[in-house]
Amino acid sequence: MSTKTISQEIEKQELDSDQQRFAELDKIIAANKGQAGVLINVLHKAQQLYGYLPREVQLRIAEKLEVPFSKVYSVVSFYSLFSTELQGEKTIEVCTGTACYVKGAADVVSKLESELGIAAGDTTEDGLFTLKTTRCVGVCSLAPVILVEDDVHGDIEIDKTAELLDKYK
Amino acid sequence: MQEQEEIYSLEDQKRIALRNCGLIDPEEIRDYIARDGYKALAKTVRRSSPPEIIAEVKSSGLRGRGGGGFPTGVKWELTREAVGREKYVICNADEGDPGAFMDRSLLEGDPHSIVEGLTIAAYAVGAQQGYVYVRAEYPLAVRRLEKAITDAKELGLIGKNIFRSNFSFDLEVRVGAGAFVCGEETALLNSVQGDRGDPRGKPPFPATEGLWGQPTVINNVETLANIPQIILKGGDWYSQLGTADSTGTKVFALAGDVCNTGLVEVPMGTTLKEIIFDLGGGIPDNKGFKAAQTGGPSGGCLPEEHLDIPMEYDTLIEVGSMMGSGGLIVMDEETCMVDVARFYLEFTQDEACGKCTPGRVGTKRLLETLNKIVEGRGEVEDIEKLKALSRDIKKTALCGLGQSAPNPILSTLQYFEEEYKAHVIDKDCPAGVCEELV
Ligand SMILES: Cc1cc2nc3c(=O)[nH]c(=O)nc-3n(C[C@H](O)[C@H](O)[C@H](O)COP(=O)(O)O)c2cc1C
Ligand code: FES
Repeated sequence: MSTKTISQEIEKQELDSDQQRFAELDKIIAANKGQAGVLINVLHKAQQLYGYLPREVQLRIAEKLEVPFSKVYSVVSFYSLFSTELQGEKTIEVCTGTACYVKGAADVVSKLESELGIAAGDTTEDGLFTLKTTRCVGVCSLAPVILVEDDVHGDIEIDKTAELLDKYK
Repeated sequence: MQEQEEIYSLEDQKRIALRNCGLIDPEEIRDYIARDGYKALAKTVRRSSPPEIIAEVKSSGLRGRGGGGFPTGVKWELTREAVGREKYVICNADEGDPGAFMDRSLLEGDPHSIVEGLTIAAYAVGAQQGYVYVRAEYPLAVRRLEKAITDAKELGLIGKNIFRSNFSFDLEVRVGAGAFVCGEETALLNSVQGDRGDPRGKPPFPATEGLWGQPTVINNVETLANIPQIILKGGDWYSQLGTADSTGTKVFALAGDVCNTGLVEVPMGTTLKEIIFDLGGGIPDNKGFKAAQTGGPSGGCLPEEHLDIPMEYDTLIEVGSMMGSGGLIVMDEETCMVDVARFYLEFTQDEACGKCTPGRVGTKRLLETLNKIVEGRGEVEDIEKLKALSRDIKKTALCGLGQSAPNPILSTLQYFEEEYKAHVIDKDCPAGVCEELV
């Protein structure tokens, strides 16, 4: 195959997977349509599918659920767990709830920021990690706590965070 | 993913809300049934009228465990009497207090008790549809609750014609999306409707105009977990526990600088000292006790001199804190109380929905002033400014979030004003926390 056809092939595959995802999204919407109060639910499922909620997805949801786009957008922007930006492959969340605060969460955040070379809220250049702070995750007995890809790591010691991250690289 | 917490209790027979936690397989409905599960529902539906159930709950003296402390029986009665096309019941499982995990443990450890409690509430007020609103940060709780609902439906314990009566009830889980204000009941209503969680003005109260404008009961997880036992053993039995104004038991989530972190369930009126030192084992590393924080971002910090106060709704308010939902954070002598106030204000400022000016701008000014103080740029007048602005916000904010946001400042000022003064006058942080001042 010539380079041209390879790139066309990749493009086509990508298009297919885009369409597949759209088809999936449509299924989610159809399953919820007509019931009261399902917008947040649909957004959660769409975010699971895409990893975030890009504008095209919000537009599609608005159109198919027959609600104004402005409403979809205002709900997305209100809730902190909805993201409109592509996230890193793995998310690191540092709990900043009260128990973790008392146990030094602020130091954990700065340590991870310097280790990853990014500020909380950002994604590393290689797209591997997104660093976030989160509200209490409810395992306060283990404070300070971080979540990596939903794995709970408790009793975090500052000088062992590098080791911990290595496991996810 | 998340393991069951340690549970500490003075006497094991005093476990009511947590009676099954850690003792049954929460995913096995027959385990729950074997421990008298759904018996209270059978008694309710087959042998009691709704007013009888309401009377029983009223006589128990049970007050809402979500923080407000409103009498549960009265709330049910108001909703029953309100006129509406339909009625709804909602379980508030948003557990927003950062540092609290009572409700998570109940949902994960004994989900059927919540399903049963909510179904009894529905029967009492005349609702056919209920929702459990769970925060998205609790995925395991969501899964277990969904399984509990499916299993209960399969056995005919919820659904159509429960226990062959003409009472039908359906229940759905709604998942939040990360907004603290959604724990406030009117914001929660909007969120269950799939909208932004903006709070509504009160009145009207949800009991008369709630979900989709219809009469609605909203109860906290722990409140509902007490209901089956009250129905089985009687309101009088329950009212004998605890104190006259605060009956029954309360679950606290003990965390922070304390040896035994975990859940405690104690009779209301147990003192802070008993909880922190007898059950909690005191402060680790031989450090001194400095303060106990109750009530989360809406609550306050209590100093050593108040260690002997009984944990009761009204007593806690008198000393400038509140019961809240049960988060209890212990702080040792190396904690800076100004920074604690700053921590809470950063939280409430970030979570304020922005609908009212005191909530949006007022909390921002408070936070700026606190930041100034911890960064060593504070002036003596700032202390008075904090007090005055706090009072204004309390009076004028639209919802409970804004109205209670100044509480952490007011309570730390009440008991630790010297520490604020050290920051602004001597430019010193006595606890050695504020970097610019050590
Ligand atoms: C800012 C704010 C946050 C709240 N968060 C919660 C919460 O997370 N869980 C809860 O049960 N109640 C919370 N409440 C209290 C609820 O508004 C409501 O009073 C409660 O759910 C009623 O249930 P109860 O009577 O059983 O306590 C909150 C109140 C305010 C003002
Ligand atoms: S405060 Fe971090 S887990 Fe609760």
